[in-house]
This record gives sequence, C-alpha cells and structure tokens, in this order.
Amino acid sequence: MALVRIPTPLRRLTNEKDEVNSEAKTVIELIDDLDNQFPGMKNKVCEPNGSIRKFINIYINDEDIRFLEGPESTIKQDDTVSIIPAIAGG
Amino acid sequence: MSFVTCLKCKDCSPACEFDKQALYVCDDCFGPLEPSYDYDKIKKELTIDKISKRSKNMWRYKELLPLDNEPTVGLNTGYTPLIKANNLARILGVKNLYIKNDGVNFPSLSFKDRVVAVALSKAVELGYDTVGCASTGNLANSVAAQSAAANLNSFIFIPSNLEEAKILGTSIYGKNVIGVKGSYDDVNRLCTEVIGSNKWGFVNINLRTYYAEGSKTVGYEIIEQLGWKAPKNIVVCMASGSLLTKIYKSVRELVDLGLVDDNNTKIYGAQASGCSPISTAVKNGWESFKPVKPDTIAKSLAIGNPADGINAINLLNDINSYSEDVSDEEIVNAMKLLAETEGIFTETAGGVTLGCTIKMLENGKINKNEDLVLVITGNGLKTQDPLINKIKKPDIINAKLEEFNEIKY
Repeated sequence: MALVRIPTPLRRLTNEKDEVNSEAKTVIELIDDLDNQFPGMKNKVCEPNGSIRKFINIYINDEDIRFLEGPESTIKQDDTVSIIPAIAGG
Repeated sequence: MSFVTCLKCKDCSPACEFDKQALYVCDDCFGPLEPSYDYDKIKKELTIDKISKRSKNMWRYKELLPLDNEPTVGLNTGYTPLIKANNLARILGVKNLYIKNDGVNFPSLSFKDRVVAVALSKAVELGYDTVGCASTGNLANSVAAQSAAANLNSFIFIPSNLEEAKILGTSIYGKNVIGVKGSYDDVNRLCTEVIGSNKWGFVNINLRTYYAEGSKTVGYEIIEQLGWKAPKNIVVCMASGSLLTKIYKSVRELVDLGLVDDNNTKIYGAQASGCSPISTAVKNGWESFKPVKPDTIAKSLAIGNPADGINAINLLNDINSYSEDVSDEEIVNAMKLLAETEGIFTETAGGVTLGCTIKMLENGKINKNEDLVLVITGNGLKTQDPLINKIKKPDIINAKLEEFNEIKY
C-alpha cells in the first residue's frame, strides 16, 4: 500500500488528513482511487480533459513523475506519493 | 492604508477572489494568486511629485505594494544605482546602455532584499513569529539578515552544495539553516511539505503572493532613474521567472497610472544553458516548459522546475520577445567583461544576464539603437568559486624595487 501526501489546499476533501493510503498501481489509478475515497478529488487534480493540472506536480519517492513515465508511472508497495502545488519557490 | 482589495486567481474565469491571507494558490485550479489593487484610488493618491519627496528606498512606491499598514522590515532596502554603462556600451555597439545594480542592495547585496522586505513586513502584519524560505542562496542571505533585524524566528532551507560564501552569509545571522542534500527543486518540495504541518510564513511559498510583488520596485526605480521614462528594452535573468514577469508588470502599471508614457517596453529573459527550461520553451515555441535537472555554475538560477515558468513563457510569447541561454564559460567571460569595463563585480547570475544580452544583440533579437537596461541581481563576492583559476593571479615579489622593475607590464 502506498502512502499519499495531501497538500493543504486539498485537505478539505480528506477531512484534514495530511496522509492517506492507496492500493493504486499507477498515477492514473491513484487519482481515480483518491476520487473514490474522497469525492471531488479528481476535479481538483485534473483538468476537465483528464490531464493533470499544469499547476500541480506529483512526485513518487521524491522524483517528479515528469522524469518518470508521467501519469503512467508505476507506484509500488511502500512508495510515497506527494501531490505538490507547483506555484512555490524562486 | 491599503490599496489591495483582495487576492485574485488569474487563471480562473471569472477570476476567483480570496481574502487577504497567507494563501498562494487558488482553491479551484492551484493557479498563482495576485493581490488586486484599487488602481483608481492609487491614481488619485500617487503622483511623481509625492514619490520624489520620499526617502530613497523601495517604499517610495508603497501604494503599489501589498501591505495594509506601514512597512516594518527592510526600511532601507532598494533604490540601488542605475549606471550609464558607456564603456560596455562602446564594446557592445549599443547606443544607450544602463546597468541596474542590485548587487549592492541592502542589507544582503541582491534583489532578494526587496521581496523579503515585503514578505516579512506582511508576515508581521499577519501575526507570524516564525518565517522561512527555500533558497538557492541569495534569498537565504536576505531572510536570515532581515529576520534577525526584525526579531523573527526563521528556518532557512538551502541545497547543501551551495557556494561557501552563501552558506556563511546565511549562517552568520544565527538562524536555523538546513542544508538539504539535493537540488533546489528538492528543497522547494520539502518546504512545501514543511508548511503543511507548521504555522510558519514561508516567504516564497505561502507568502509568495505578497513577496513576488516586491520585485516590481526594480522596474519603478529604473523608470524613475531614467527621468520618468520607460526604457525600450530590459534584460533579466530567470530562475523561477517571477522577477521578469513582475518587472514587466511594474512598467505596465506606471503606464496605466499615467505616470509615464508608453514606450512599448520589451523584456527579455536570460538563463544558463545548464538550466534553461524557460528559454528552451521560448526558443521552441512551446506553451509550457519541460522540467530539467540543473547543472550550471549559476547556482542562484538553478531551478529546474520554475514556479512562474508558464507565466514567463506566456508573457515572452505575448509581447513577441525572446530568451537566451549561455554556457558556463560564457558566464565567466561576461562576469569578467562587466568587471573590466564598468567596475561591477556581479555574481554568476549577472554573467548570465550579460552573456545572453551579448547573444541577443548579435542575433538581432535586441536592437542596438534602442535604450537597453540590464538588471544585475547579485554580487560577485558571493560566487567566487567558479572564478578560481579563471582570473590572473597577482605577481608575487619581495618588497624590493628591482623585483618590481623586472615584471613586464
């Protein structure tokens, strides 16, 4: 089971939980699973066409999924997935 | 008195509005928020005469900065010199060349003093007693210095492999400095997670909406120092891309307020080839950037995943402008050229700005006959590492006249 870190702006959907669990095997599956657990999550994380919003970055074990296989990236048991607002820093 | 009415998301249509608080992304789309000003009210209050009578620091434009009260931090920051760079202009074949030298900003010798002055003044307004930042170095120096002066606790996160001078220049202030093994992008991600579990004001994360506005004062000052005239062209280095977008915004604000004539000012970007996600996107006509793993001596610009990358790309495309990038060797050569011609020792980022300017003059992107301002953002004393063995060493002699006379000059 992977650990998923939820950023502050999304915690309204998770009853303020900052970490949740998921059995998903890819990022795409993860977003669907989070939406099942916490309805409305997919709308927040994805554009209406299903692509991940441009202002959201997703990391698997500290690596930006854009350096992996993007939304197809594989999530393994014990991985940590972080959802991070892109507008930070600099 | 405040001229900011609310925070607005530019990406949502219609624009989402939020109360003035430590909020940096839109609840709906995660897009960046910006303070929304009552420009009609500002137009009635702010005149050139009024500005001219104020102290020479960045707060002379306070109506255009996002505080609700008088500033409390960084009261002496800004109003750095704008130099007519005639020697360099001659070499580059440029008619009128100016250097805005934020490498001598107060208190910590970089443009970051401006954004930190705004962010920490706002942090005090919002009641924070602990502040922090994720930094490539200059921001760390400034947050450490200004939080010390303001009696605020601070947590400063930097990549552990920064230049020694930038680490020392942060640690001297006795604040909590955390060196993270990894790139700036790793530091940034960590800090975004740190604020999720702490009630701290991170200047470039949850206070970023306010912080970024401080960069506008670079543009206001350039225009005032040119005699209330907007320049034709400005070149700015880019890390997150925020400085570029905010300087452009500052020019448009003064034009829209009727304080200066519109000169169709163009702004150009500069990056190091070892970390050029924004320049690469602009050169290829992309609407977004691909993140990169930085590998450059210009560590202050080494952000592979730039927060304002999309904004900067959109702006440069919209105004039909351009962005270049230069190699490490070109950066060092440009640092030497600026020092030898104008007596200004800039850090590696300044070498990027000048190096890219030279390229854009050569490839015709910038017209040599138009006014040109280079924004030099930091001080060379902080980034001496890449210059070791690249600069002529002193001639070492005994204190004997004959030994001096033997040296061929």
